[in-house]
Amino acid sequence: MANPGAYYLGEGMPAPAPAIDGLDTEYWEAVKRHELLVQNCNTCDRPQFGPEWNCHRCHSFDLGWKPVEGNGRIYSWERVWHPVHPALQDSCPYLVVLVELPNHENVRMVGNLVGDPMQTVEIGAEVQPVFEDHEGSDEVDPFTLVHWEVVE
Amino acid sequence: MGNRTMRGEVAIIGVGETTYYKRGRSPDPEFKLVIEAILKASADAGIDPREIDGFASYSNDRNDPSRIAAALDIKDLRFSNMEWGGGGGGGSAACAHAASAVATGLADTVVVFRGLAQGQFGRFGQGARVPHVRGDQAYTAPYGLMSPAQSFAMRIHRLYEDHGITQDTLKACSLASYHHAQNNPRAVMYGRPLTPEDYDASRWIVEPFHLFDCCQENDGAAAMIFVSADRAKDYAKTPVYFLGGAVGSGNRAGSGSHNATDYATSNFKTVAPRMYDMAQVKPEEVDVAQVYENFTGGVVMSIIEHGLTTYEEANEFITFENLTAPNGKMPINTSGGNLAECYMHGLELNIEAVRQVRGESCNQVDDVNVSLVASGPMVTPVSDMIVGSEAVL
Repeated sequence: MANPGAYYLGEGMPAPAPAIDGLDTEYWEAVKRHELLVQNCNTCDRPQFGPEWNCHRCHSFDLGWKPVEGNGRIYSWERVWHPVHPALQDSCPYLVVLVELPNHENVRMVGNLVGDPMQTVEIGAEVQPVFEDHEGSDEVDPFTLVHWEVVE
Repeated sequence: MGNRTMRGEVAIIGVGETTYYKRGRSPDPEFKLVIEAILKASADAGIDPREIDGFASYSNDRNDPSRIAAALDIKDLRFSNMEWGGGGGGGSAACAHAASAVATGLADTVVVFRGLAQGQFGRFGQGARVPHVRGDQAYTAPYGLMSPAQSFAMRIHRLYEDHGITQDTLKACSLASYHHAQNNPRAVMYGRPLTPEDYDASRWIVEPFHLFDCCQENDGAAAMIFVSADRAKDYAKTPVYFLGGAVGSGNRAGSGSHNATDYATSNFKTVAPRMYDMAQVKPEEVDVAQVYENFTGGVVMSIIEHGLTTYEEANEFITFENLTAPNGKMPINTSGGNLAECYMHGLELNIEAVRQVRGESCNQVDDVNVSLVASGPMVTPVSDMIVGSEAVL
């Protein structure tokens, strides 16, 4: 059976860490507070993701972060059967979804779809974020992942 | 484009390949494989390798042209070039760069090469064994989205959603490559035919990719030699003329967390028209195509985005019968391609395109005058090359 542990995927996967140059420290700190942010331009007030040092539309360097409003929508998905990392050995199959955020010009985020890995995944289904806290280890500071679940 | 073109100004005079091995099985180190491929291409052309004065490669190739030039005792190195980007998206780009160096006088005799020895340097299809990931990878790898197959599978489900394309098209691409490899003694999958039942029964790697939708990983090296058209007839083989090349990708193809403006694409929508424009060729004039298979879903999108069929007709057009030589409407990957000949990061496809124009393919299509290569679908940048016979100049 897939996913026997407390986490959606096995322990020992690479942990996310903020970019060395500080680009997305605010995002990774916020998810630890269970707050999902999307980068937003303070000049033209439009979102972008993944984060970058300038707004790709108006080229302003004055960028901030906004809390994600409302739910997401499944844009695409995949079910992974072949483990490409030792930590995934007992985690297959698992579901990865690409979620678009309708209240933020449909920017997209990648995550896992929690629940039965054999569930039928429908493109367009409404999903909400689920925060998965990891304690960290000797090598890795505590971090939080953002998964998604279908809104019934 | 105006007058800026290199159509017909450059020719390919020699091609060379080492034995192709399963990954990790090469008895030789990578650099030695590269030298062997260049020497074979030189012998094929009947040119002294000391005449080579330029090199082009791609995908962060590890074999430095300055070391190659020293090893070959080249008198005067004039061109040393690498296309950015991973995967095989740079294969035809390297050919275009070689052609442009020759056409503009930067160099006279340019080699395109690629070498891979994965036993020596490690594999592509594995997730990184590192405690942390940062930057773009931080948004994907912790969710188990780490390998190339995993990076592209979601595009194909979106293709199915947007255009009603079916899994049978992916299967047809896989069967065509394996079928062609059965006539190619160089092919790693020679003697290992694939039936439709084998395909259906094969395990999922990541839905919608079965095992046989995924390319191999291999060891070996390949090389091609480019010179100006006005001296191309001085060598041993019939010259094959460079008609057009193009490199790139559409709006924000490289944006993070899968935010490309156009998602369900092979990234050829803007590239293929530029290639056809330079070549002065229409899609219906293409006689045979080599379409890079990292994963068959990318082949399906490449076929459509090169105008060889349409989204509406793709399910009817992309069949085993239509994709196979000699009688298919659009034979593809006639040496067996990345799936079944060898994953030489696609440079074996550029070589096969040359063979088809020469009439030397193991799966020869009749009267080939226009021969297309599409390199590296879904990565960015991707690239295109089209070559032809003297008759189309």
